[in-house]
Amino acid sequence: MVKEIERYGIPIVHMATITTISSSVGARRILPTVAIPYPTGNPNLPDAEEHELRQSMVERAVNALGTEIEDTTEFEA
Amino acid sequence: MSKKVLYYLNQFFGGIGGEDMADFEPEFRAGELVGPAMGINAAAGDGIEAVGTLICGDNFFGTHEEEAKAFIAKVIEEQQPDILCAGPAFNAGRYGFACAGACAVANEAGVIPVSGMYEENPGLEHCQSFSWVAATANAAAQMRKAIPLMGNLIAKLAAGEEVTPEDDSYFAQGRRETVLVEDRGSKRAVDMLLARLNDEEFVTELPMPSFDEVEPAPPIADLTKATIALVTSGGIVPNGNPDRLQSASAQQWNKYDISGYDELKGDFYTVHGGFDPVYCNEDADRVLPLDALREMEKEGKIGKVYDYMYTTTGTGTAVANSIQFGEEIGKELKEAGVDGVLLTST
Repeated sequence: MVKEIERYGIPIVHMATITTISSSVGARRILPTVAIPYPTGNPNLPDAEEHELRQSMVERAVNALGTEIEDTTEFEA
Repeated sequence: MSKKVLYYLNQFFGGIGGEDMADFEPEFRAGELVGPAMGINAAAGDGIEAVGTLICGDNFFGTHEEEAKAFIAKVIEEQQPDILCAGPAFNAGRYGFACAGACAVANEAGVIPVSGMYEENPGLEHCQSFSWVAATANAAAQMRKAIPLMGNLIAKLAAGEEVTPEDDSYFAQGRRETVLVEDRGSKRAVDMLLARLNDEEFVTELPMPSFDEVEPAPPIADLTKATIALVTSGGIVPNGNPDRLQSASAQQWNKYDISGYDELKGDFYTVHGGFDPVYCNEDADRVLPLDALREMEKEGKIGKVYDYMYTTTGTGTAVANSIQFGEEIGKELKEAGVDGVLLTST
């Protein structure tokens, strides 16, 4: 899905936990996430910290959309 | 002298449990044959001796890869097997990835790696070049067909017999080997050309790999004016699953108006099979982070969250379907003037 959406020229960030699979299916902008059942959360953290984690992760993902890349790039987790 | 075989299974086939046990730390059962290992070992015949079964949770392998690999390496060191047999993983992505990892450890240790996967398993490309991966069906319902294929590979490799992708149903490793043939190259090439010109059948001696890469899309110039869409393969739907999205092997995608929501919590949940849904069902923003993206919209860091989110279920979904979903969703996003996409996967 990532690849086909990108084919339209729309930048897309794949937020996934097993990033090896992500790059092998052809994603270009990849942001590693927390865990398979909760990629953008962490139920082990108190609410406020979990919220902060998600906020910072999504900001990094959005910034990745604004970043020029030449090849498959894994952004900082 | 019989050859020693070490088996690798995930938590499910290892009889530990389902998705709730996917974080299961690797363990080694010396001298024991568990689940499919029993059938494969029997199919491989008398020339081999099983040293035991390794069992590791798929999520554990995915998130603690180095630790899992170190464990496997340690068992290999202790048991000195000749062959490692991982899987079969069918079309299970995480399991395929783990099997590929186990095969890589074996290969490095000079142990022959054998596995079984469906051709679309993403783990395949990580081990195909150095492992003997039997071509299986996409689902475990076909276990009874996978077992003899893997048993045959083990038996022949243990005996040092020659195997070929055609006769032994495994994925070609892409190695070129020196063989003696009757005719010299120039004659074979001309014969092939003549056959082609005459519309006769011919077999290439060097199949070309097919590359399908998509160029990275150019970045968004001004994020503060950009419309960002949320897409997920995590099976997020409104409570009650009104459009009956499948929990596995998706046949459809759906879109939902999220313009009236600041967060997904409470109103959305997941129907995705294959992972423990408890955490997502407490707060679906843990899989599709609308709350955080909405926050960025409010702060003016992005222009707008696109009014619709798109969703499907990733597990077991055929690659052909995923391609079609991506084409259809991408077309809608393009037409709607969406500038960028965040796609989350579980």
